[in-house]
Amino acid sequence: MAESTPVAVDEESGPPEGKRGARVITREMVIMLTVPPVLVAIVFGAFVWWRQTAELDSVEANQLRWSELRTLMWEHVQLTVVAAIIVVLVAVPLGIMLTRRQFRAAVPFVVGIANAGQAAPSVGLIVLLFLWLDGGFWTAIWALSLYGILPVLRNTIVGIEGVDPTLVEAGRGIGMTGWMTLFKIELPLSIPVIMAGVRTSLVLIAGTASLACFINAGGLGEVLQTGISLFRFSLMVTGAVLIALLALLIEWLGRVLELVTRPKGI
Amino acid sequence: MTQGTPSQGQSVSGAELRLDQVVKRYPGQKVPAVQSLSLTIPAGEIVAFVGPSGCGKTTSLKMINRLIEPTSGTILIDGNDIRQESATSLRRKIGYVIQGGSLFPHMTVATNVGVVPKMLGWDAARIAERTDELLDLVGLDPDRYRDRYPRELSGGQQQRVGVARGLAADPPVILMDEPFGAVDPITRQRLQDELISIQRELGKTIVCVTHDIDEAIKLGDRILILQEGARIAQYDTPENILAAPANDFVADFVGAGSTLKQLSLTRVRSLDLNQPTTARVGEEMGPVLARAEAAGDDEVVILDDRDRPVAWPWLRQMRNKTKVIGEPRENLVTLDEAATLNDALDTMLTAAHSKAIVTGDRDRYLGVLDFETVTEHMRSAEREAAENVENAEKAESAESIEDPAPTGEAGHG
Repeated sequence: MAESTPVAVDEESGPPEGKRGARVITREMVIMLTVPPVLVAIVFGAFVWWRQTAELDSVEANQLRWSELRTLMWEHVQLTVVAAIIVVLVAVPLGIMLTRRQFRAAVPFVVGIANAGQAAPSVGLIVLLFLWLDGGFWTAIWALSLYGILPVLRNTIVGIEGVDPTLVEAGRGIGMTGWMTLFKIELPLSIPVIMAGVRTSLVLIAGTASLACFINAGGLGEVLQTGISLFRFSLMVTGAVLIALLALLIEWLGRVLELVTRPKGI
Repeated sequence: MTQGTPSQGQSVSGAELRLDQVVKRYPGQKVPAVQSLSLTIPAGEIVAFVGPSGCGKTTSLKMINRLIEPTSGTILIDGNDIRQESATSLRRKIGYVIQGGSLFPHMTVATNVGVVPKMLGWDAARIAERTDELLDLVGLDPDRYRDRYPRELSGGQQQRVGVARGLAADPPVILMDEPFGAVDPITRQRLQDELISIQRELGKTIVCVTHDIDEAIKLGDRILILQEGARIAQYDTPENILAAPANDFVADFVGAGSTLKQLSLTRVRSLDLNQPTTARVGEEMGPVLARAEAAGDDEVVILDDRDRPVAWPWLRQMRNKTKVIGEPRENLVTLDEAATLNDALDTMLTAAHSKAIVTGDRDRYLGVLDFETVTEHMRSAEREAAENVENAEKAESAESIEDPAPTGEAGHG
């Protein structure tokens, strides 16, 4: 029979209806999203139980007061979040700029600097900035931002360069301006990669923020530092566990953020 | 035969496209990618650019929407130089269809189709209406597909949406870059048929780059065969190119069996059909047999009350019955009048009579096509095309006496 009718076709009705959905959620993602908060809750519960039942001497009891811990934790979170926001505000535009044709030559140079920033020992970086800028919250933020910039910068560049060039050309070909292709095609499609960089940065910064106590900027590092200088085992473990739990929680938040910001359809 | 000619009733909404001595030379390249291409594409026609890879066909195409800027020369759409306006506003007025559709994966089907109208500032209601209209045109049910993401579509469906996106703002000129290269052969054939039927309805000027000569023959009102450096090897109708290749390059490129390729050029409706004896279901057998014997027919086409053919028995099968009886219509293989001769021969080879019943709208009986008619048509088409080419050559040589530098041959040295 002749095939000339332009009517609807069933030879290829696409993926089955059941697979429809705005976002792809794999089994791995489900595990990564559910296990960490459960783990954090269990370990934190154990810590609370120990803290309430253990017999503490006056030094320990003073350092492990709930109000004290809450303050330190809040400082830690502030350090992490503020530094991460600064990282995103600097690294994403910088990364976008470096993918534009006229700046592409500068990529190795800038990534090299960012690499050095990350490769330098974090304590060294913090202390150097302390000598230069004096102590306090904002000095710590400076150091943490420098330290955390690389993953976001690198992922922004990689993400944008990884966008299928035929899509960009398709955009240009149907009359999009350079800005439109950037904001409507390149950025939305590279958001998953950029957000993975943000998550990596968040975790790096949360860990490194434990050093902020050395320059008088607070954070959970203080518990650890007190424990080490007074050789109180309970303080050392408490500091280490709380920092680890916070980092885990922040990494989990990063994943949630990744999932929420991922454009529908990809 | 009266309503058969495809150009009848066709409205042309396309614009004429002219390339005048267009050159593209990339920096550091000795030989230009495109050396002086001059070409006129009449409004409302499909022109297929074919040639071996690297011949400059895609470069030539992309110069029309300024994705690539020509080094020199001018390109005119409807008489206007394309450099008169900005590249982006030009591109919004030229449809662009790319291999695989190149849909934006983070946008729904409707958003993809509506991108250009949105850039042109249409209001949302008009965009939605236009989107549904186009999805319908390319054979996708709007209610089912408009809110899907490209990931949820098959390759052929994505390509259909790609075509719809190219048509969205109703541009007079549409550029297609290997539009059906990424789908399987069966889907490709279907999409080609649909494009032909869409084109018949819309009458756009379409430039289609392909490396597949068969696709070019099927789609093109004209074919432009390019050699390296985008030199024109031949620019003519498929019929003339097949019947009389301009040179060895074209002959090689078109390939062996080009007479056979003509089979896909011609539709069954343009041939004369035989009118053998017919009978109605329920008629008395006696008069029917008498009619058939008088006409010298060995077989009778049996029609139902809506003129649809239902059976095609030999006379000897009918003699022992008193009334004409039908059979389930599904058992009879028929041909649509829009089928190509290729399809027709296929059907004949499998039919018991070495002929094929041809039907029109709603399966209405039109006549019977036999093998001799097909071969006779091919022979005369070949003769005609050869004459056309001869005449054209005569005219050209007459011209070149007046004008000693014909552009078409300039590149051959």
